Amino acid sequence: MLENYFPVLMFIAVGLVLGGVLLAVGRILAPHKPDPKKLSPYECGFEAFEDARMKFDVRYYLVAILFILFDLEIAFLFPWAVVIPDIGFFGYAAMMVFLAILVVGFVYEWKKGALEWE
Amino acid sequence: MLRLIWLVPALPLAGFVVLAASGGRLDRRSIAWIGAGSVGLAALAAIAVAAAFVAAPPPAGAYTQVLWHWIEAGDFSARASLYLDPLAIVMMLVVAGVGFVIHLYSVEFMRGDEGYNRYFAYMNLFVAAMLLLVLAGDLAFLFVGWEGVGLCSYLLIGFWYRDAVNGAAAQKAFIVTRTGDAAMAVGLFLLFASLGTLDIQGIALRAPGAWAPDAAPVVAATALLLAGAVGKSAQLPLQVWLPDAMAGPTPVSALIHAATMVTAGVYLIARNHVLFALAPAVQYAVAIIGALTLLGAGGAALAQHDIKRVLAWSTVSQIGYMFLALGVGAWAAAIFHFMVHAFFKALLFLAAGVVIQALGGEHDIFRMGGLRRRLPLAFWAFLVGGASLSALPLVTAGYYSKSLILDAAWASPQGGAWLWAAAWVGAALTGLYTFRVVFQVFFGAGATTDTHRVGWPIRIPLAVLMLLSVIGGFVEAPQVAGRLEAFGHFLASALPPLQPAVAPGTGFALGVAEGIASFGGIALAYAFFLRRRSIAALVARSAIAAALHRLLESGWGFDRLDDHLLVRPYLALARRLRADLADPGYDALAAAAAAAHRGLSRSQNGRVRWYAGGIVVGSILLVGAGVWL
Amino acid sequence: MSASDLPILLPAYGEILLLVLASAILLVDLFLPERLRGLTHWLSLATLAACFVLTVQVVRATGGQAAYTFGGMFVADLMANVLKLVVYAAVAAVLVYSRRYLAERGMLRGEFFVLALFATLGMAVMISANHMLALYLGLELMSLCVYSMVALNRDSATSTEAAMKYFVLGALASGLLLYGMSMLYGATGTLDLTQMAQVIAVGQVNGVVLVFGLVFVVAGLSFKLGVVPFHMWIPDVYHGAPNAMTLFISTAPKLAAFAMAVRMLVNGLIDLAGDWQQMLVVMAVLSMALGNFAAIAQTNIKRMLAYSTISHMGFMLLGLLAGVVGGNRFSAPDAYSAAMFYTVVYVLMSLGSFGMVLALSRAGFEAEELDDYRGLNQRDPWLAFLMLLLMFALAGVPPTVGFYAKLAVIDAVIKAGQIWLAVVAVLLSLVGAFYYLRVVKLMYFDEPRDAGPIAPGRDVRWLLSANGLAMLVLGVMPGSLMALCLVAVQGLYPLAR
Repeated sequence: MLENYFPVLMFIAVGLVLGGVLLAVGRILAPHKPDPKKLSPYECGFEAFEDARMKFDVRYYLVAILFILFDLEIAFLFPWAVVIPDIGFFGYAAMMVFLAILVVGFVYEWKKGALEWE
Repeated sequence: MLRLIWLVPALPLAGFVVLAASGGRLDRRSIAWIGAGSVGLAALAAIAVAAAFVAAPPPAGAYTQVLWHWIEAGDFSARASLYLDPLAIVMMLVVAGVGFVIHLYSVEFMRGDEGYNRYFAYMNLFVAAMLLLVLAGDLAFLFVGWEGVGLCSYLLIGFWYRDAVNGAAAQKAFIVTRTGDAAMAVGLFLLFASLGTLDIQGIALRAPGAWAPDAAPVVAATALLLAGAVGKSAQLPLQVWLPDAMAGPTPVSALIHAATMVTAGVYLIARNHVLFALAPAVQYAVAIIGALTLLGAGGAALAQHDIKRVLAWSTVSQIGYMFLALGVGAWAAAIFHFMVHAFFKALLFLAAGVVIQALGGEHDIFRMGGLRRRLPLAFWAFLVGGASLSALPLVTAGYYSKSLILDAAWASPQGGAWLWAAAWVGAALTGLYTFRVVFQVFFGAGATTDTHRVGWPIRIPLAVLMLLSVIGGFVEAPQVAGRLEAFGHFLASALPPLQPAVAPGTGFALGVAEGIASFGGIALAYAFFLRRRSIAALVARSAIAAALHRLLESGWGFDRLDDHLLVRPYLALARRLRADLADPGYDALAAAAAAAHRGLSRSQNGRVRWYAGGIVVGSILLVGAGVWL
Repeated sequence: MSASDLPILLPAYGEILLLVLASAILLVDLFLPERLRGLTHWLSLATLAACFVLTVQVVRATGGQAAYTFGGMFVADLMANVLKLVVYAAVAAVLVYSRRYLAERGMLRGEFFVLALFATLGMAVMISANHMLALYLGLELMSLCVYSMVALNRDSATSTEAAMKYFVLGALASGLLLYGMSMLYGATGTLDLTQMAQVIAVGQVNGVVLVFGLVFVVAGLSFKLGVVPFHMWIPDVYHGAPNAMTLFISTAPKLAAFAMAVRMLVNGLIDLAGDWQQMLVVMAVLSMALGNFAAIAQTNIKRMLAYSTISHMGFMLLGLLAGVVGGNRFSAPDAYSAAMFYTVVYVLMSLGSFGMVLALSRAGFEAEELDDYRGLNQRDPWLAFLMLLLMFALAGVPPTVGFYAKLAVIDAVIKAGQIWLAVVAVLLSLVGAFYYLRVVKLMYFDEPRDAGPIAPGRDVRWLLSANGLAMLVLGVMPGSLMALCLVAVQGLYPLAR
């Protein structure tokens, strides 16, 4: 059983060796003359003026989460739509149940005011 | 109808629960109704069940009711079951019936007591436990009742707990009977280990197949059961607690002596008669213990001043008769004597209670006298009870039961002339000490007291018990009084009858001899304590008699013996150990536990990364264990 | 397309009803005016009652036989139905106990009830899962609801910290569990527990991969049970969560975790019993030792009971590990039914003791320090007596049911020949008796510190009385419940004859 994973081991070995070799080659062959501009995070564009870990308004998270939730769940519809002739009434009914539950959640968030910015 | 059997112990138990839960919020009237009423209903239920049993005996002559399966684990099965056969019926009727009249009596007797509620709660529990004991179909279940009875005796003997003496008496009763109980518990373990069951009928079925007569396990088991019986029934050498148990209220004494507690040992042996029949040596020991006890206790009764202590020693002595009967294989005679004894002993105690209360708590018979006219009811009650106790021929119940035992002691293969002679002397002693009290208390000149009026709750019990003390014996009669065996026939399906029966000619001679013993004892009492007191006084002055008197009064000095042999060494050892030899070990355990606690608490430091690390390390360890172990 | 395509859903009727009604309650609560909010409480209780009745009907309809649906992913055997009934009852009791507590702290909102009901649904799915994915689905549904319940009091720093810890560690454990499942899938080619058992029985699987999978699965479910070394969340979460949530997580989820253990280890992997029993031995001993020793000097009763949970779950494992002796399954029903009995009894005890904490709490006062129990007998003798019964039961003192639970488990262990394990279990229980009896001592022999009013509602008082007295009644008559557990376990697939 484990010998089936030998190719994976080979991949890992080759990947490690190759990566290491390339880094080493670049290090050895390329010219190396650093100055402050080159070492700054963005060599071009804006000066970094603020910590990236700043506070966001909590409402961003709310919207983001709701978006992901519904986006992901709608994604289930695509495979379902493709095979709907094969899965029969049960498949159809199951998706309807699923959507009904989604609707319940939707009603809840709407009524709770999660969709209103202010 | 038989299905209602569970009600019999359940009703007093319910009474106890209600009274205990009420927490003193009930008025006295309700307490009396609940306390006495629950036992009264139980008695009615018992009568109904018994009537149904007699009218239509169940197949195999016994009825089993499984209340619930207590615990079933593998092949171990303890059922909470009730078992009803003629033996159980007799016991149940006496316990519930006599228990009820004592409750009724208490309604008035305890009227002025502040612990009225507590009193009836304990009494109900007492009766419930005893009913459970006699109805249990399983020795484990029986043991529950057995211990319940012990607990209640402790609670009731020490009922007036503000007096330290009463507390000490209660503890004594508890500790002494526990000694027997511990042996009995070991006996039960032994029975279970050898036979695989504690069901009483199962034991009776399996034991003869499993053991040859006099095999070591059966001898050990019966000897241990006997130890339990000796403790509960106050036989030699564990009789010391009963005289002190007089510390409780008088109706409690009546209940302990007549209906509950002390007769439990007799019942236990009768119930397991199959086992005892397999161990003749132990059975013979039962007879010897009975004979010694009845003589010793009879002697001790002769020297007491306290009216209740006389009665207490007489109980020890009468139970000695029952043990003697059991020992010679006259099972039915023992139970017959138990029943009759319950009637007259309850009567005597209740009458004594009236006397004591009328005299404002006076117990000493030498400070009483001439009460015949002042307390006619108590006088007649005590006279009837005393006559029955002394086995006055033909007219009293006590005669029939006692002469049955004497006949059996003579005729039984396990008995013999010596046992008969001991019982005969005991019978004479009984008459002597009983009528010593009668003459001293109710005749002659004596203390003045107002006429003491008692109400119907006291009159009815006394009247009922007087009646029973007379006619209760007419269900079984010995040779001399025209042979009648109704009682023995009724019990025959539960207890085998005695073989061989007494020959007619011998029986007549024995009967006459027994009559002589009874009359002789009473006559001696008349001579010494009423007619010629000077003789008694003369004898009492001699040094030997005084020493003998002291010895008898102290109950043959068993208390001192126990004190020197057991109590003091134990206390000395306890003082020595207090110093302390064993404590460092326990302290070390506690310290180790505390150290372990500190160490383990440190692992709970509140940091999630530690916890996550713990999970990961744990998984790795599990992997290691799973792969390499 | 026709209705005949539908699978027969009878075994899952209870869960379906629960889903529908929980969703309905979510919506109803949204549109209820403020003054009618109390209705949600009663609707939730009615939902649980309806599910209870329906589950009983399902048992009637299936005759106690195992019934499968959803392509064998979902099984309703007698064990599942019995455990579900207990879960419904336990959750209902939680709702009754915690109503006043939550109302006084402004947490009695629809969310609590909906989360509780969905967590219940998750437990029911776990209990009935015959497939690792179904099991995982139920587990996550339950866990996510419980995480949010712990954090329901958003303004409390301790509650949110507890929820955070619970979530992070729970996610880690879920990861381990999934990893183990994937390995088992790799080794056997199926996630269906029945098929997995058959594949393993045939014997053509890679032992190392299988054992790796087993280890991680055991680790994952040990986390849910809360046994050492996967226990560390328990004290902090129990302590930090609001009392009502502690009550919830310490009761019904234990039944679900037990069911999960039985489903995976017994239904799926009983042929590896030799391996997992070894692991359980280690974890059981460690749990009993750590739980009892760490509990003895706690001053907070919630923390004390948290450690006591660890030790009790360790004790319960003893029953699970005593089933298969030398490849022989004859005594397995006895052992597993002992474990099931133990779990059910533990849930009852836990309900009562945390219910008591709730009953003694009042607005602005959490009765969670042991000192708050001093002299309880003087303040309310009946509650003190009930607490005494509960503590005796937890300690395993004979007339109470806790004794029989312990006895049954130890009996199983001894029958399995593991005498030393039984001795260790008894000794460690002895350590445990100390801290339970200390509560009794505080209640009966010390002077009260707290003088505030004790006013649990009438409903709480009645339920608490029933709960406490059940310790005694079941202790005197444990027979029927024991027999029920035995029959339930005998119906399990690998043990059925």
